[in-house]
Amino acid sequence: MIDYIVPLILLTASLLALKKGEDGYHLLLEGAEDGLKLLLTIVPSLIVLLTAVHMLRASGAFGLLENWAAPVFQFFGIPKETAMLVLIRPISGSAALAVGSEIMSTYGVDSTIGRTAAIMLGSTETTFYTISVYFGAANIRKTRYVVPAALFADFTGFFVASLTARLF
Amino acid sequence: MLMTWIWCGLVLCAIGAAMYNGTGAALSAAVATGAQAGVQLAISMAGAICLWSGVGRLLEKIGATGWLSRLLRPVLHRIFPSTKENPALAGHLSGNICANLLGLGNAATPMGIRAARELAKSDTANDELCRLIVLNTASIQLIPANVAAVRAALGCQTPFDILPAVWVTSLCSAGLGLCAAWALGRVWKRD
Repeated sequence: MIDYIVPLILLTASLLALKKGEDGYHLLLEGAEDGLKLLLTIVPSLIVLLTAVHMLRASGAFGLLENWAAPVFQFFGIPKETAMLVLIRPISGSAALAVGSEIMSTYGVDSTIGRTAAIMLGSTETTFYTISVYFGAANIRKTRYVVPAALFADFTGFFVASLTARLF
Repeated sequence: MLMTWIWCGLVLCAIGAAMYNGTGAALSAAVATGAQAGVQLAISMAGAICLWSGVGRLLEKIGATGWLSRLLRPVLHRIFPSTKENPALAGHLSGNICANLLGLGNAATPMGIRAARELAKSDTANDELCRLIVLNTASIQLIPANVAAVRAALGCQTPFDILPAVWVTSLCSAGLGLCAAWALGRVWKRD
């Protein structure tokens, strides 16, 4: 069943566009062109940040961090190998993508650790960036409880991701 | 500037750990392999990202955000009571949430900012504004296309098999985040 969700979305969207008299094929091409532009903005940061991530892995810094984080992470059942991802996810989206992809390739995309990293990436956001964009635009200076509440949501995401990676 | 600090911190940690562990040779080799891995990943992700942003454009044009917002209206009224008196705010808010659901990041942020400006009454964040931020930081996405693209790029045969797990996880983090915001809003009255 799950195998058909994505192909069916493709078909349904195209058929509905046809029904509405929209030029679906042309829209796909337009979107793909936007995708290329988006990619062009991601690639430079991916190259620079993956360099840092590979340096951290090769130097053994990840190993040190994992050992420090292990007691807390084990208590919550979160794989300690995702420690760096958990730390960087709320701060920088591109760094999280670099760290996450490195974890997936090191431990295997289909391993529990790799799946946990993928689910974490897919179900959390760059919290501090989002807060600064929205509060900056709305001229808010006193943020009250928004940071603890948003970080609690992130933590819930990391915790549940570790569970669902094993269950589904 | 933030990224400069992060970058310096990461490189400093790598060099420090290499000195501590005696892994200098591996460290200098990693400088080259890391940059190469960045290009490889980007190229293998390119196809999926372009295709999905095409599908995103299709969904936008056929009015998928409209149907979703009709479905979500009852929930929206509960989380943001002031949408009952302010239809323009309701429009911006549901537009923001639905664009997020469909993974249309470029469309979601401007609508979210309009909603935030409408909600902001002073320079202090009110409860509804905090809930909007929590919903946006919890990232509820129906199709996490970028992550699926990374997985496919790394050789995964079934890149979308994480969908149910991502849905459950997003729902839990958004739901519990909103609960935390609600509970904190009752005790955290000032600043």
